[in-house]
Amino acid sequence: MALKIIELCTNCWACQPLCPTSAIYEAKPHFLIDALKCTECDGDFADPQCASICPIEGAILNSAGKAWNPPGSLTGITI
Amino acid sequence: MIDLTALQPEKATGGNCAGSCGNHPHSPSAVPQHIQEKIHNHPCYSEQAHHYYARMHVAVAPACNIQCHYCNRKYDCANESRPGVVSELLKPDQAIKKVLAVGAAIPQMSVVGIAGPGDPLANPERTFATFRELTRLAPDLKLCISTNGLALPQHVDELAKHNIDHVTITINCLDPEIGAKIYPWIFWNHRRIKGVKAAEILIQQQQKGLEMLVARGILVKINSVMIPGINDEHLKEVSRVVRAKGAFLHNIMPLIAEAKHGTFFGLSGQPSPTPEELSNLQTSCESDDMRMMRHCRQCRADAVGLLGEDRGDEFSLEKIEHLEIDHAAAMQRRVAEKARIEAEIAAKHAQSAQPLDNTVQLISLDKLRTKKKTYRSVLMAVASKGQGIINLHFGHAQEFLIYEASQAGIKFIRAAKAELYCTGDETCGEAESRIERIIKSLAGCEVVLCAKIGYEPWGKLEAAGIQPNGEHAMEAIEDAVKSVYQEMSASGKLDEIPVKKQTMRA
Repeated sequence: MALKIIELCTNCWACQPLCPTSAIYEAKPHFLIDALKCTECDGDFADPQCASICPIEGAILNSAGKAWNPPGSLTGITI
Repeated sequence: MIDLTALQPEKATGGNCAGSCGNHPHSPSAVPQHIQEKIHNHPCYSEQAHHYYARMHVAVAPACNIQCHYCNRKYDCANESRPGVVSELLKPDQAIKKVLAVGAAIPQMSVVGIAGPGDPLANPERTFATFRELTRLAPDLKLCISTNGLALPQHVDELAKHNIDHVTITINCLDPEIGAKIYPWIFWNHRRIKGVKAAEILIQQQQKGLEMLVARGILVKINSVMIPGINDEHLKEVSRVVRAKGAFLHNIMPLIAEAKHGTFFGLSGQPSPTPEELSNLQTSCESDDMRMMRHCRQCRADAVGLLGEDRGDEFSLEKIEHLEIDHAAAMQRRVAEKARIEAEIAAKHAQSAQPLDNTVQLISLDKLRTKKKTYRSVLMAVASKGQGIINLHFGHAQEFLIYEASQAGIKFIRAAKAELYCTGDETCGEAESRIERIIKSLAGCEVVLCAKIGYEPWGKLEAAGIQPNGEHAMEAIEDAVKSVYQEMSASGKLDEIPVKKQTMRA
């Protein structure tokens, strides 16, 4: 059970300080989540913090490999 | 829903400082002394200062806690010049090094701001680490931030500690229904919140932050993005409310929205206001106790130099990495340069006896007034690289300062970019020649004043109805505009309102 940051990440740093288990770390070319540390915020918060602040649709995947924030869900841009 | 009446400030009374202290209802250009002392060398807060003093933004704040429909966090282009765009994100220690390098190379530097590319208060550790060290190493530099306001109330006390006496809050609305059309979501109390509820929280935080800053004596400028059909009419109400709460200056900026920026507004075809629409709104919000900022250049979150110029490229991390800087000596040079500038400004004022504050410039044209004839007003464009004088070749101008001369006096109206938002070559954008773009951005102007101008652009400007004029090179802008206006009136060019008035529509 872990979330994953993929190459759409723009390295904005918003998620990193919010992680309750310090699972997110700076890496090249983009931030990564340590799957062994990630709890998906279970027990700490109602929603995973990284996925709740990430401004980029599709940059964070859930444990099933699906975009936590699918296209259009954050920006309203559907084209 | 927020009860809008709850946002209405109480009528300012004698004991309530917000909006009433130091007002001079009959002299719109007079700024109270204690405020004048805080703004006289801040290029964004004083129209006069922007001719002389330089600023820089350090891009240490990448994270943001809200989404605006005019912003796209994915975009970064070296040819772009607009808020939220940066070339190089800095860590606090890198930012400090950059500030000290710029402060050593540009002694006119007076202000360091943090404006993103996200929100400074969504990155409080990075923002305050930068300010702490700068307060220690360069105490002469003014520090300021530009924030969306969501996290402002919780950080007001920390801001006050850091000698930050200028804060800009971007406030686009007071009505959450309007807010929901501008802000799709906010991150608040560990949740992503969308829609009207999100806008309601953001608006409450912005207003609370404004009140808290004013109560602590921190100068507050309000930025608003004018979005036609969404908040344009509403901004008059915003202006009234923030003024009554004690905001010092209102900066209404035009929406920048192009499809290639990939923003919601850019892709949905949301129109930007024309310069005329913007200017009309600014004029209707302007009053005796609310000053309008008209010299904003909507600069990048890593801009360096005088407003209107960007020397960021000269100070990339690579270039400053091995610089050895004597901080104390650099600070002494800045202090000396400030003294020189202040002396120069004082001498100029003594000469022309114009009001000390030019935030709203009104220079009386007594000679014209004594005649009974009435003359129409004229817009003139000026090429200047600072110091308030006409000292720039037409072909080198990145922008033009537009002044309105009328019988009432001379007033700065706006800055017009020569290259609009993009400085890319002909393959990057519209295949329009530079002179054609300039003529478009100067629409409505009848004269362009510059130090020199080439033969070819001269002809094209003349054909477009804009008279080039190089006769006032190295003269003070206001003096030159005034004398050209007087020449035009004397030669009968201003006798009557033309039947078909030129518009400023680009």
